[in-house]
Amino acid sequence: MDKFLNLLVAGTALGSIYALVALGFVVVFKSTGTINFAHGGFVLLGAYLTYNYSVTWDLPFIVAMLMAMATMAILAVILERLVLRKLVGQPAFTVIMVTLGLLILIQQVQQSIWSTEVLLDDPWGTDQWELGGVVITQVRFFTVLFAAIVVLGFFLFFRFSAWGVAMRAAAIDQEAALAQGISVARVFAISWAIAGVVAVVAGVMLGADSASVNSTLSFSALRAFPAMILGGLDSPLGAIVGGVVIGVTEVMTTGYIEPNAEWLGQGFHSVMPFVVMIAILVLKPTGLFGSRAVERV
Amino acid sequence: MVEHADDDATTEPILRVDDLEVRYQDVIVGLSGVSLEVARGSIVAILGANGAGKTTLLRAVTGLLPVHRAKITRGQIVLDGRRIDGQSSTAIVRAGIAQVMEGRRIFGELTVDENLRTGGFTVRDKAATAATHAKVMGWFPKIAERRGQRAGFFSGGEQQMVAIGRALMAQPRLLVLDEPSLGLAPMVVEQIRQIIVDINAEGTSVLLVEQNASMALSIAHRAVVLENGRVAREGSADELRNDEKIKDLYLGMGTAGRRSYRDAREHYKATNAAAAARAGAAQVGDA
Repeated sequence: MDKFLNLLVAGTALGSIYALVALGFVVVFKSTGTINFAHGGFVLLGAYLTYNYSVTWDLPFIVAMLMAMATMAILAVILERLVLRKLVGQPAFTVIMVTLGLLILIQQVQQSIWSTEVLLDDPWGTDQWELGGVVITQVRFFTVLFAAIVVLGFFLFFRFSAWGVAMRAAAIDQEAALAQGISVARVFAISWAIAGVVAVVAGVMLGADSASVNSTLSFSALRAFPAMILGGLDSPLGAIVGGVVIGVTEVMTTGYIEPNAEWLGQGFHSVMPFVVMIAILVLKPTGLFGSRAVERV
Repeated sequence: MVEHADDDATTEPILRVDDLEVRYQDVIVGLSGVSLEVARGSIVAILGANGAGKTTLLRAVTGLLPVHRAKITRGQIVLDGRRIDGQSSTAIVRAGIAQVMEGRRIFGELTVDENLRTGGFTVRDKAATAATHAKVMGWFPKIAERRGQRAGFFSGGEQQMVAIGRALMAQPRLLVLDEPSLGLAPMVVEQIRQIIVDINAEGTSVLLVEQNASMALSIAHRAVVLENGRVAREGSADELRNDEKIKDLYLGMGTAGRRSYRDAREHYKATNAAAAARAGAAQVGDA
């Protein structure tokens, strides 16, 4: 039982990171219809920028993270403006290839600036608490807490703010939104900026979870992809539920299935999320909460 | 930008469309040489068959042509002395034109209140927005009762009220409506008609596109008939109501089978000629 609870805690922490990454995918897809594979690159760059501001420049960690968020938001908006805006109306396949190209570009930029893996110097502290046999590390505690804060902020924004309502309207009917005087161009820009901001939090969490910030972060981020698909491409709530489901699935697979089924080989935990995703899509092609079927590309 | 003196502003029409030409994808001509005016405080109806260019004209006025890969290739549109052709829809809503789109196009997954909020998106003055919201609620008690509910589940008539309320939230000087009676029961059409009259009575000018010509002509001051992207006829609503050709074409009172104003004109020329010929023949017979 203790093992199960410990794995559940670890899985929830990992899952809340996936939820944040998936949220970044979803917010862009919902308003612009683009599946942005470069988002993995945003996560990677967000973690390195935070490292740069906090360790290299020696700024307080929270300040560093806020600066990284601002940088990523601006960068995301520039990319949208310069590259993706030109692709409006192009086939989904073209757009996806371009975002994949951007991902590779971002990875190269990261490699040429920071060629090695780096440490964030344990900004959360290394203590841990024990609650009746369940170990909760400070890192995991802060991971879940930060994810919860971001998610709460996200929902408050979309539920109550003028731009939040405008963005939901634009996601339903772009032309009708334009007719109300809502600038859809700005809706696009804001959704990309939000994706950039959320990516920084996800990147820092992922870096803390895997103990170092390194170039594989963008691939770890793409492991959140099944979370987004199984939650339903256009549902923020689905991204969160999907993220936690995938995180817990992954950790449980490591804890229970891999030790008992060695013939599956190592690393089956990273395959399992896709198995779950396919199983759910067979039963419900729009995902758990989505309204649009996943596009065939 | 031209500044107008107050006395001048009263004679200046709220909307002036001048020799407008619109092309889709640089090739297909949607409108050609269309000119019309909406006098301040009046209701102007645009009549015409499907494909005559009514919706294209509204898109040009409201800045939605780019969405349909179309653009204004000649002429100008002037709102209250200020050119608005080629401006973004955001700028045009700010300038004072709000629209009720064909098919209502409300945001079905949003609540009534949220729909109204999108309509007031360009209005920064919070007190003014609250006042308009209260006024809209007073006008449409049916949707006021259900303001927290998703608008997508409402009946067609109620959705149309949400759509009109949403447009009013922008506090427009000119309200543009595209086929507001389409697909609604006669009783609801009568309600909508009354609402348009009330809105107009409060000082908002109205540009009304309708296929239901009898409804449109019953409330409009002037009307314009579009055909194949051109103005085929223009006049006061009374004139057009009593025009045999209009009756025949749009009011469903004449013989069926003619599809255009020009066809109707030819038809009447022919029947008049035949009648004259008959009269002539009768005279000859008498003699």
